[in-house]
Amino acid sequence: MSTKFENITYRIRRFDPERDRTPNWEEYRVPYTAGMTVLEGLWKVKELHSPTLAWRSSCRMGVCGSCGMLINGKPRLACNTQIAELDSDTVVVAPLPNFDIIRDLVPELKPMFASHQELMPYVVREDVEEREHPTNEFFQSAHELEHYLQFTYCIKCGCCMAACPTVATDALYSGPMPLGQAHRYNSDTRDGGFAARKAILGGEAGPWRCHYAGECSRACPKGVDPAKAIQLMKRELVIDYLRLRKTKCPAKVAEKPTEVKRREGIPDAPPRTV
Amino acid sequence: MMRDQKLWAWHLIAGAVILIFLGVHMLTMHMEGVIKIQSLNPASVGHVDKAKIPQAGDRTSDEGDIHPIDWANVRARGVRTLYMTGYIVLLGAALFHGLYGLRNILFELNPAVWLKKTLSALLLLLGLGLFVYGAWAAVMARAVARAWKM
Repeated sequence: MSTKFENITYRIRRFDPERDRTPNWEEYRVPYTAGMTVLEGLWKVKELHSPTLAWRSSCRMGVCGSCGMLINGKPRLACNTQIAELDSDTVVVAPLPNFDIIRDLVPELKPMFASHQELMPYVVREDVEEREHPTNEFFQSAHELEHYLQFTYCIKCGCCMAACPTVATDALYSGPMPLGQAHRYNSDTRDGGFAARKAILGGEAGPWRCHYAGECSRACPKGVDPAKAIQLMKRELVIDYLRLRKTKCPAKVAEKPTEVKRREGIPDAPPRTV
Repeated sequence: MMRDQKLWAWHLIAGAVILIFLGVHMLTMHMEGVIKIQSLNPASVGHVDKAKIPQAGDRTSDEGDIHPIDWANVRARGVRTLYMTGYIVLLGAALFHGLYGLRNILFELNPAVWLKKTLSALLLLLGLGLFVYGAWAAVMARAVARAWKM
């Protein structure tokens, strides 16, 4: 879109549960400046036209995952989407689909995080003492890290959940974010929680209803591929059912390095000031 | 809780079984002129004396071979217990694979929980009914083939 535009039209789906029975669309004109993001435009709308407009946002740099919303028909992060890249002088903004609406552009994310929590998105180990009071790092090679690294980039914004056709139709399905994160921990060599997660993953909340539309991966603003995680998880669970899965002991505590020699020419640390 | 893991695993296993049997079908019916395996078409020329099989040659190839679906070959395969077992296994695999796939498609329509249970029960009954009927047909086909006077 040319930056000659002086104004941009924001078409926003509004909903106030105390006032409205159904959502309605409202339009606002705001001045455009080069490099303006959708989030900055929303602030302009709030400042110039509608102080009651509600949405979530925090970091403004695509890290916190708060400002996921449906922008011109696609789930995106408002802070990470420049108006110029939309190729239109009208920005249509709605709350993320597949979630209940709390108000205006604020989706109810509790069900997503409840599923996420159920699947234990943390390192599960039997040696609780070591986990709680670590004596050293758990050993993991760079190669082992590669197995799950991309799934750690997930910021839980919910864009994948909004894009998923199965989430739209099946209330029991956990969805790409919780499943992707379950796979991230199942693939982590430091983790021993596969058996515990399997109790949920083997049932209707598991990956079985996914028919690989791949929209979750397309929508992810961080380039994570949850669709791949779900397929890999299916494979892992089938292999487990056939009793062919190698039970991996969670990684051991790495030994402390010995005989470390200081290289020459490295100056001493400055003296403490406190 | 682990039901879907089990069903999906069997869905894949059934798919693999179907694939193997489709390979056998292709070898038997469509690649007979390329790879001759006696056990697949026992009545074909070169394996059995054609003169002893009056029904042979109803449909023959240019070289005079008995066609794989000629009654002589059908009968020669049908008398074998291995073939009868194969038909029943293929029937079971195809029914499970197909009906489980159908169940998944129907579940995409997001039916209520009671309807999901009803659908599962109906598909299970349908599958079992068709399996019993098909297995009975395979057993009877073997009996008929055995009783057939050559």
